[in-house]
Amino acid sequence: MQRRHLIKLAAASGGAALAGPALAACTTAGSGSSDGELVLWSHNAGSPLEIAVTEDIIKAFNGSQDAVKAALEPFPQDVYNDSVNAAALSGDLPDLLTVDGPNVPNWAWAGHLQPLDLPEEITGKFLPSTLGIFQDQLYAVGHWEAACSVFARQSVLETAGVRIPTIESPWTREEFDDALEAVTGKAGYEYAIDFSTADTGEWYPYAFSPFLQSFGGDLIDRSSYLKSDGVLNGPEALAWGQWFQGLFTAKLANPDSPGGAEDFMQGKAAMAFHGNWGALPAIDLYDDMLFLPPPDFGNGPKIGGGSWQWAVTATADKAGANSWLETALSDEYVAEYANQTGLIPATDAAAELTEHYGTDGKLRMMVDYSKAYATLRPETPAYTVIASVFGQYTGDIIHGGDVQTALDAAVAEIDADIDANSGYGF
Amino acid sequence: MNAATAARRGWTYVPMTVLAAFFLFPIVFMVAASLKTDHQIFADMNSLKAFLPVGDLSLANYAAVFDRVPFWRFLGNTLFVTFMVTAFGLIVNSMCGYALARMRWKGRGLVFGLIIATLILPFDTTIVPMVYLVANLPWVGFDGLTPVLEFGWLNTYRVQIIPFIVNAFSIFLFAQYFTSLPKGLEEAAAIDGAGWLRTYWRIIVPLSKPVFATVAILTVVTSPATWNAYLWPLMTVQSEELRPVMVGVQYFFQLDTAWGEVMAYITMITVPMVIVFLVFQRAFIQSIASAGMKD
Repeated sequence: MQRRHLIKLAAASGGAALAGPALAACTTAGSGSSDGELVLWSHNAGSPLEIAVTEDIIKAFNGSQDAVKAALEPFPQDVYNDSVNAAALSGDLPDLLTVDGPNVPNWAWAGHLQPLDLPEEITGKFLPSTLGIFQDQLYAVGHWEAACSVFARQSVLETAGVRIPTIESPWTREEFDDALEAVTGKAGYEYAIDFSTADTGEWYPYAFSPFLQSFGGDLIDRSSYLKSDGVLNGPEALAWGQWFQGLFTAKLANPDSPGGAEDFMQGKAAMAFHGNWGALPAIDLYDDMLFLPPPDFGNGPKIGGGSWQWAVTATADKAGANSWLETALSDEYVAEYANQTGLIPATDAAAELTEHYGTDGKLRMMVDYSKAYATLRPETPAYTVIASVFGQYTGDIIHGGDVQTALDAAVAEIDADIDANSGYGF
Repeated sequence: MNAATAARRGWTYVPMTVLAAFFLFPIVFMVAASLKTDHQIFADMNSLKAFLPVGDLSLANYAAVFDRVPFWRFLGNTLFVTFMVTAFGLIVNSMCGYALARMRWKGRGLVFGLIIATLILPFDTTIVPMVYLVANLPWVGFDGLTPVLEFGWLNTYRVQIIPFIVNAFSIFLFAQYFTSLPKGLEEAAAIDGAGWLRTYWRIIVPLSKPVFATVAILTVVTSPATWNAYLWPLMTVQSEELRPVMVGVQYFFQLDTAWGEVMAYITMITVPMVIVFLVFQRAFIQSIASAGMKD
């Protein structure tokens, strides 16, 4: 009897163990190699329209040849980098993956990516900020770009007596400061501008470091990429930090504003600094929307550049992966992504195929801002640390911390990380 | 009821009502917000309207959940993994606890001490080496009917189940409970010719239903592999087909978060646990009271 029970238990345990592979056999594996399959990972799980375009590309690619078959595995964006890093640790990266533009240098330096092998006639037509370049080699290409602008209502600016800026004549710092005072004073808004400060993470360096650069500072010394001392805590950076903090201490901006420019959408803030992905909902809400160029703080207006791009992993089927990219990077698909996501198409020809970004489109100015003002986040593997540190200490500045102390602390952390990594290859 | 009794009850019930409301507010907010547009949610945020189903109400967020997330697939995965981890955990951990509590063998104290010592290590500190380990573990798969030795457990159900079957805290609870059972029962069984396994199955298990219920509930509620599984499947499961419900929450955080849909989704994944709680309310309370709180 005792032996029979033991056999029963063993059988039950073995059955459970075997159930695993039987069930898993129904699923797709995810590892790059020249095995006739191209595994693609993307960051957009939960965005069915965007995924549908990628699936269309895959269908066209799979139908055009018999050598390899592509398949997509989408991941949620907020946890995508963690998933990729875990896969890199376990040697289970796919053939192609999407990568946020500023992370391209880090992943290339870490050995996750291989340079692209695409003809110049394909990549040459893409906006420079949609190309992921590290140490003069092209590692990634993006279908779209994003651009920030000052969201405002014509009626509000007219009530406040504020000049409406143009790309040829953006606001100066003085004009911008006066405009902020006017929209709260004359137009009676609770806040002058909404910075979506609750949207911590990449939003902070993406949206706010261009102001720093327009003041004359930067996140890192781009002549060497070896230190941030002197540029992130110098006089220009200090001036930026004091100005930015002053907006919050003067209650012109809400230090705890929700993400998605919700204070602006709720009518609490007169203006917002927001991305073009929020433009169409704003137009739906207000019939007199303006998307204005960012102010010039002395070194020209600046906005962040570089969005999600496609890259080929180091272990990928190189020929198959580049072949897929050649299909994917056609103007037709660049335009289709823009139509489905509202983001800026990466080529001029695709822009003309879209509803909003063509020459007469109502969001055409976003293309112009991107071309004129886009500043790439530093193209160094150190950027992942720079972004995290800058976000942390900008938060301190917003909430009233001493500006010079915060900037010095940020510099110390960034420079220590660069030293610890022997300059990240620079 | 005289005035003194009424006052005494008031002193008891008023704080209890306030505390109950305090804990219920997030759930009430979640359900109310799940019926509103994002614009309405933020418009109501600074007033009591945030907790009330008022304004522009619809079930659109619930419908949108199904467009964004393969809800039933995720729910099925979570139910399957939770069931497997819990069921096998009860068998393996109770047998382990029994061996440690009632069998006399050399090194028993040391082994028990080592098992308990693993409780000191938080899961977060071991997760990276564990990922590396499971990525290289062998497995016998099948190519048709031919067994094939494979390496790597990533992207499977087994990676979500097997590493979490053995649980030191469960073993501790079983061992403690088994120690309290009268020794005479086993001695009587031995006289009747029962071996260790038969004694365990026929004598010990039927007498230990409370600890089995406690361990089952704690496994479902607190294990990093069951209902609240998030970090582990995030790092070890790449296929959407195998993801659990908690990872699905992240599907709603795109460029701009769809807050109404988030609230609808978490309402939907909270409902099964609320049903389980209501059905097993008494056992839940007893299990928490007897085991204490543990993350």
